[in-house]
This record gives sequence, structure tokens and C-alpha cells, in this order.
Amino acid sequence: MDITLPLTDETVEKLHAGDDVRFTGVIYTARDAAHRRMVESLEKGESLPFDIRGQVIYYVGPTPAKPGQVIGSAGPTTSMRLDRFTPPLLAAGLKGIIGKGGRGQAVRDALKQYKGVYFIAVGGAGALLARQIKKVDVVAYEDLGTEAVRRLEVENFPAIVCNDIYGSDLLEEGKARYRRAVV
Amino acid sequence: MRDIDCQTITQTVARLCQEATSLLPEDVLQALKQARQKEESPLGQKILDQILENAELARKEGLPLCQDTGTTVVFLEIGQDAHIVGGDLNECIAQGVREGYDKGYLRKSIVEKPFSARINTKDNTPPVVHTEIVPGDKLRIQVMPKGGGCENMSRLAILLPAEGKKGVTDFVLRAVEEAGGNPCPPTIVGVGIGGTAEMAMSLAKKALTRKVGQLSSDTEVAELEQELLEKVNALGLGPQAVGGRITALAVHVESHPTHITSLPVAVNIQCHSARLKEAVL
Repeated sequence: MDITLPLTDETVEKLHAGDDVRFTGVIYTARDAAHRRMVESLEKGESLPFDIRGQVIYYVGPTPAKPGQVIGSAGPTTSMRLDRFTPPLLAAGLKGIIGKGGRGQAVRDALKQYKGVYFIAVGGAGALLARQIKKVDVVAYEDLGTEAVRRLEVENFPAIVCNDIYGSDLLEEGKARYRRAVV
Repeated sequence: MRDIDCQTITQTVARLCQEATSLLPEDVLQALKQARQKEESPLGQKILDQILENAELARKEGLPLCQDTGTTVVFLEIGQDAHIVGGDLNECIAQGVREGYDKGYLRKSIVEKPFSARINTKDNTPPVVHTEIVPGDKLRIQVMPKGGGCENMSRLAILLPAEGKKGVTDFVLRAVEEAGGNPCPPTIVGVGIGGTAEMAMSLAKKALTRKVGQLSSDTEVAELEQELLEKVNALGLGPQAVGGRITALAVHVESHPTHITSLPVAVNIQCHSARLKEAVL
């Protein structure tokens, strides 16, 4: 399914765990240090470095771009580390997240509550994924280097729905489907 | 006695860092291709296709396979008749890492003050260096850029001797299952059994330097490796844990004598981007 960003309620309602999607539009990068700062801003009642409503955050810290490259290799990082920061961002209007690996119960509950979707991209496919990123601008926390918040313009960026707004979890369902007993 | 110059070591380490991060070893590629043949899950197949396409692109264009170019783990086998001249061995290895990560446009992922300020050292140093003294007059250098996602899934247990093989098997399976998609399956599972606590973990990491799927020369250990691989793949996690038949490409076990009261077991997982490059000076 092709998705033009930002995400709307109408779009997320159509998404189900296991669906293949391709994003075109703007996504924002943020990892551990940026998340800590964003959540601190929310707690202090300050505004975020970008209007988060309807947006997608990609958990990535790219390699430095080589001369002539838009961005270096840029695959997803482990999402679980960001679990503690995710519910407040969903409450503030974040609609989509791209990472790798599973999420804790609190995040899954928040995705249902705020109608957000968690997607996974293929971890370790950083060179391939970088090809779908057409433009990069640092928008906040430049001092964080690879962890700064970047605005990416992407075309046909591939991801898979892992947790939908209906409470389905691709990782749990997939494991149950392929698990077998070994004597 | 044979002299080996520090500058040569620096240049070699720098080259290995760059090559390791963009060229997936042939044995890993073959294992991934076989995994693609065996995988039954349609989503798992698509993921393996992306992984293989990524490896091809990285090789052709000299790009890092993964943005996490890792902690630089270096294994040295120093011949007891080799003589390192022209500098401090540890410093010349660190310098090689510095140059390799700079010239290769690799990500610098090391922070100092790990429990407080977490300040990036900005050159990926210090590397983690394991040194072994062996017969001969050569120096073997293996560079393993080790990603954080898989390294963070390491586990250590000191089991009771009475728990035996079942205890070891259950522990390894639990470690792999709890790791889920975090270490980027299909993985290579390194297992160290015996020795002391720190040695078991060291063996688990050393097990990852073996060619993928090459069984232990010890028959009993080789049987355990095959049994563990079958059981790991029966967990059903599959590529990136979306469900599937291939959770691991291989399980490598290193075993070592231990104390009469102990049964240490360590698990160190390597992601599918199993980067490793070596040179002998």
C-alpha cells in the first residue's frame, strides 16, 4: 500500500499488522537523546522542534554522508529503548513510528488509545533504505550529531505494519504461526 | 624473532574497518541465500530479499551495510616469536580504528562516561581488543564491527552442574526468544560454555569468528550445535522476528573445562550483517 504523509486517521484505520507499505513525504528522525529532550519539553509545557501532529518518527542514526550522497546508510535502530518516551509523544499527536523489534505493553496500549501505528523497517538494510531518502535537513539538536532530529523527504520508503490501532501485533502472531514443537 | 611495524598494523586495521563494514563475508552471503531458499514465510522471504539486495548494493558502491558500524572488536593472535616495533601496539590499533572510521565515513558510536554524561569520543575509539599469544612469528588481526542491537542481547548464567545439557539448551533458547527482533534475525548465536564467568562470555564472542555453520571439531559439541540450531529455528521468530522458519543461520558453541561447582553459559548474538574481516601480517 502506498501512503502519502502525513498520516491521517482515515489512513491508519485501513492499516493492519503484516501490511506492506511504502511511504512518500516527510518523516522525522529521533533516537534516545532527542527523545529525552522532546519529552522534557512536553513536561515543561514547551513546544516541540516540529509540529508532531500526524507525523512519523523514524528511529535512525545514519552514518555520515559520503561526498555526493544525500545521507549515509540509514536503517532502523532497536525500538524498545524508546518505549518509555513514546506514550507522551503519541498523546501529543504522533501518528506513526518506524523502528525494529517489538514494543512493550504501555506503547501498544498507547497506540490503540491515540490511533497510532508502529511500523518496522528491515534492520541491517541501511544502504538500501538510504536510497529512498531524497532530502535531509537537520531541524533540531544539531549538537547531538548522528542523533540530531532530521527532516527527511522520502519516496517509496518500505516498511511493514507491526502494531495497528486494533491491538494486533505482527511479531506475536508471526511467531505463533511458525512455532513448532521439537522433541 | 620477526619484526612487525606498528605503522603497518595501523594501516591494516584502518583498511579492515572499511572493508568489514561494506563487504559481507562470502560464507555469510551463502548462508543468507540458503536461508532464502528454506524460508516459508512470505514476509520473511521479502525481508531476506532486501537483506541480500542491501549486501549487493553495499559491495558495489562501497557503502556501510548498516548504519550501526559498531563497537570495533579486534581479535589479535600474536605469534610468540613476533616482535612489535615502532610504537605502542594498543595505540597503533586505536589509530587504525580512528583512520578507518574517518576515511570510511563510518558512524562513531562510542561514548565515554557510560552511566552519566555519555560523551561521544568522535572517532569510535577505544576499540575492544582481545589478545592471544600463539606459536609462530605472525600477527593475525580480525576486525569485527559489532552492532549494539545484537550485543545488547548478550546473556550470562552460572548454572548448577546438575542442570546439564537441558539447562544449557533452555538458557540459550530463552535468550534467543527474549531477544526477539532486536538483534536483527536471522542471527548467528555464539555460545560459550565453561571456564569462568568472563571466559564464558569471551568464548561466546570468539565463537562468532568461525565460518558460518562450520561445526565444532568436538563431536559432542557439534551435536549440541545442530540440536540448538533446530530448536532455535523451531521458535518461529523468523527474519526480523515477523514469523518464519529461519531465526538463526547457525549456532556456534565453544566449550572449555570449568570448576567442579560451576556450569557457566554465555550467549553472544551476531546480527545477519555478520561483519568480520581479517589479515595476517
